[in-house]
Amino acid sequence: MRQLLKAEEFPDSVKKLADMIQEEEPNADDIALVGIHTRGVPLADRLYQHFTQNKKNVHIGTLDINLYRDDLSEAGDKPILKETKIDFGITGKTIFLVDDVLYTGRTVRAAMDAIFDLGRPKRVLLVVMAKRPGRELPIDTSMTVLDVPTAPTDNIKVKFVETDGKDDVTVLEKGEY
Amino acid sequence: MGSSGLNQKDILGIEDLERSDIELILQTARQFEEVNKRAIKKVPTLRGKTVINLFFENSTRTRTSFEIAGKRLSADVINISASGSSLSKGESLLDMAKNIEAMNPDIIVCRHSSAGASHILSRYLKASVINAGDGAHEHPSQALLDLMTVLKHRGSVEGLNVAIVGDISHSRVARSNIYCLQKMGASVSVVGPASMMPRDIAKLGVKVHHRLNEGLKEADIVMMLRIQRERIVQSPFPSLREYARHYGINHENINALKKDVLIMHPGPVNRGVEIDPEIADGPYSVILDQVTNGVSVRMALLYLLSGANSLSL
Amino acid sequence: MTKILIKGGRVIDPANNIDGAFDVLIENDKIAAVSKAGQIKDSDCQIIDASGQVVTPGFIDLHTHLRDPGFEYKETIQTGTASAVAGGFTTLCCMANTDPVNDSFSVTDYIVRKALQEGHCRVHPIGAITKGLKGEELAPIGELKEAGCVAISDDGLTVQNAQLMRLAMDYAKSFDLPVSTHSIEANLCKTGHMNESLVSTKLGIPGVPNAAEDIIIARDIMLAELTGAHLHVGHLSTREGINLVRSAKSKGLKVTCEVTPHHFTLTDESLMGYDTNFKMCPPLRSAADVQAIKDAFKEGGVIDAIATDHAPHGIIDKEVEFDQAAFGIIGFETALPLSLRLVEEGYLDLSTMVRLLTESPAKTFSLAGGHLGAGAPADVTVFDPKEEWVLERDQVVSKSKNSPFLGKTLVGKVKKTIVNGVIRYGDAS
Repeated sequence: MRQLLKAEEFPDSVKKLADMIQEEEPNADDIALVGIHTRGVPLADRLYQHFTQNKKNVHIGTLDINLYRDDLSEAGDKPILKETKIDFGITGKTIFLVDDVLYTGRTVRAAMDAIFDLGRPKRVLLVVMAKRPGRELPIDTSMTVLDVPTAPTDNIKVKFVETDGKDDVTVLEKGEY
Repeated sequence: MGSSGLNQKDILGIEDLERSDIELILQTARQFEEVNKRAIKKVPTLRGKTVINLFFENSTRTRTSFEIAGKRLSADVINISASGSSLSKGESLLDMAKNIEAMNPDIIVCRHSSAGASHILSRYLKASVINAGDGAHEHPSQALLDLMTVLKHRGSVEGLNVAIVGDISHSRVARSNIYCLQKMGASVSVVGPASMMPRDIAKLGVKVHHRLNEGLKEADIVMMLRIQRERIVQSPFPSLREYARHYGINHENINALKKDVLIMHPGPVNRGVEIDPEIADGPYSVILDQVTNGVSVRMALLYLLSGANSLSL
Repeated sequence: MTKILIKGGRVIDPANNIDGAFDVLIENDKIAAVSKAGQIKDSDCQIIDASGQVVTPGFIDLHTHLRDPGFEYKETIQTGTASAVAGGFTTLCCMANTDPVNDSFSVTDYIVRKALQEGHCRVHPIGAITKGLKGEELAPIGELKEAGCVAISDDGLTVQNAQLMRLAMDYAKSFDLPVSTHSIEANLCKTGHMNESLVSTKLGIPGVPNAAEDIIIARDIMLAELTGAHLHVGHLSTREGINLVRSAKSKGLKVTCEVTPHHFTLTDESLMGYDTNFKMCPPLRSAADVQAIKDAFKEGGVIDAIATDHAPHGIIDKEVEFDQAAFGIIGFETALPLSLRLVEEGYLDLSTMVRLLTESPAKTFSLAGGHLGAGAPADVTVFDPKEEWVLERDQVVSKSKNSPFLGKTLVGKVKKTIVNGVIRYGDAS
């Protein structure tokens, strides 16, 4: 197990991502942070807190992509659905999808489909804590804290106090997870 | 990612469900409420799945609700209304079911006047079966949507007193609601003349009242059952007028109820029989909420069962 | 002369107070002798080795449906009697609800002749009480007796009109025919498909209360008292029915009754799951009713016969919605193992069980046989009381397979059935 980010480094990481967001969309009212369940939600929440502390009135929502998954017909048991809560109009906004890790890109594909069922945003961008090789779709982002050259057998684990009891990013090698 | 623990191929009755199953269904239904409020009320979840509404008994309400639920999940929904027609052609329920099975549906939603009809289908078919009402046995999706409606108004049913009023003998809604509410911690009573009570009903753990005022005194929730004269061979009450007088909710007896009572009805209401017309539309009534919640609950059932038949059987 | 010697078995012949190690000698179509084991010379005899087995008079069933004429897709006289001998039965009384109904000389005659031609055992028709079983006017009861009927019954239906029933009893008495009844008050069970109980409440199936049966049993007992006729209460299923028959007998009335194996074996709890193979009429009753019947067996003298109510139905009758399914189950091939459970549970001794399947039903309908006295018809059943076997669908001999015991392990198996001196079931050796 290799630690990539310690708890005390999280605030700076959030600030770094927030700066990137602001650079892309200077108008706070057009910024919409949409956290993808499960661990995109606490990250989006922290970005939102950051903007609020800086007197920036951005929008925030949560998204459950399970209804848009491409593997539902294969699954036996169905994933438990979590709340999709986007109570602002997304048409014309810049949507920042927020997730913990970008890997195959399939989650992001599902999230984009979900977003477009809700309206017609100006742009959809992606913010993650870490990205790793292994894309299966033409999806990418530069808005990340970490860009980790992992092996396919590795796993990146992003933890948040809200979901896991502590803040932490590690790489687990095969057999460790 | 959590997975559902609905360990059933079929939904035949609430009696077979655990409390945790009921909670999962309602939790899932609540997520579908959001979909139902969108401008584009459709998600691609069940694309390529086929849902057959096999209705041997007329029911515009339930059939439409399942149809909308399936369509909002992008399933292909086929309605087959077979009331009377299959048997007149000499085709049995099983023949018909096997023919439908040959077309590889994923879910069959069945309404039938015979208790146990859905059990027969589930015994012979690979597809998942949802019982949309079988004789006087069960109507599980109705109880689930009733529960969802109560929960939205009260947060919990734990410790609430629920009175179910009317023809308990012939009512599948009553049976499903008794099981469902008891599993969720409510205390249930049934109210009606003894001629409308099925044998040994008290052994299901319900209180039995034959007078309306006694039955409703403590009630937090009142569920009025529809008088279904078409299902009854010999009427267990002398006239609709007399029934309304002794077992209907009206302007006089409503004042004796708790101030925050909820009045429910599975619909369609016989106005002036079970409920005075103005009360059915009044502030205590949540009848239209029930209809709205019906779609979300049925979406949840379709969603949770849609992969079940790919499990090894 | 054909001689068969059944050696080495435990012979039970209640009519002659025999229970022990005996050999049975059959000459042609008659019982020649029953003697202490080893006393009969076995030269020039076909030998049946019955060691470890029980040898009894052939079983007699007062209540069967052979479905012939009219419903040959369910059963025929040929297939029904084949099933009967597989269950150890050598004599059957078959009900009148055929198509056409057995309410005429010609239908009775058809059954008698067909049974002689292709039957595996003796068949005695039971004629209808009313024409077409319609409950409106008397069938030609005298003519039915002449043609060979041994009793009358509208079984499957109840004569609802008390006056008509009174006339039937009066008339049947004149011809010394017992009146066998199916006791259900029609208005009380109009839509009923099972016992009325907590189980019917849970299943949402309209029920038939015990009262529907008890009312008719009570009525018919009163009519038997009024007329002096012989009332035979068919397939009695309720605890109060037992009380009514007991009290009628204690008054000295000519009242007898029979109980089916399913009614002393199964309760209405079996219906959870809506399996139509548990649907019968009268319905499977509550545990209290089953217990009352078992207690009556133990008490003795109340129940006169174990009768199967063998009621074959095809899948088109049974694989349908519960409330559309036909009533009844096949019964010949499971009657012995189910009756042996009463012995196992201590409600009957083996000899009394045999009596309820042989001597007692023979007396009830005044039939020949039911015992192994010298000169009696050579009808003998040999069974292994301990053999375990599973009732597999494809091994059921009856043309219909509607048994609730399919796939169940049963104890007690018929090994040989001899009818009129001919081995009709089991290997010849």
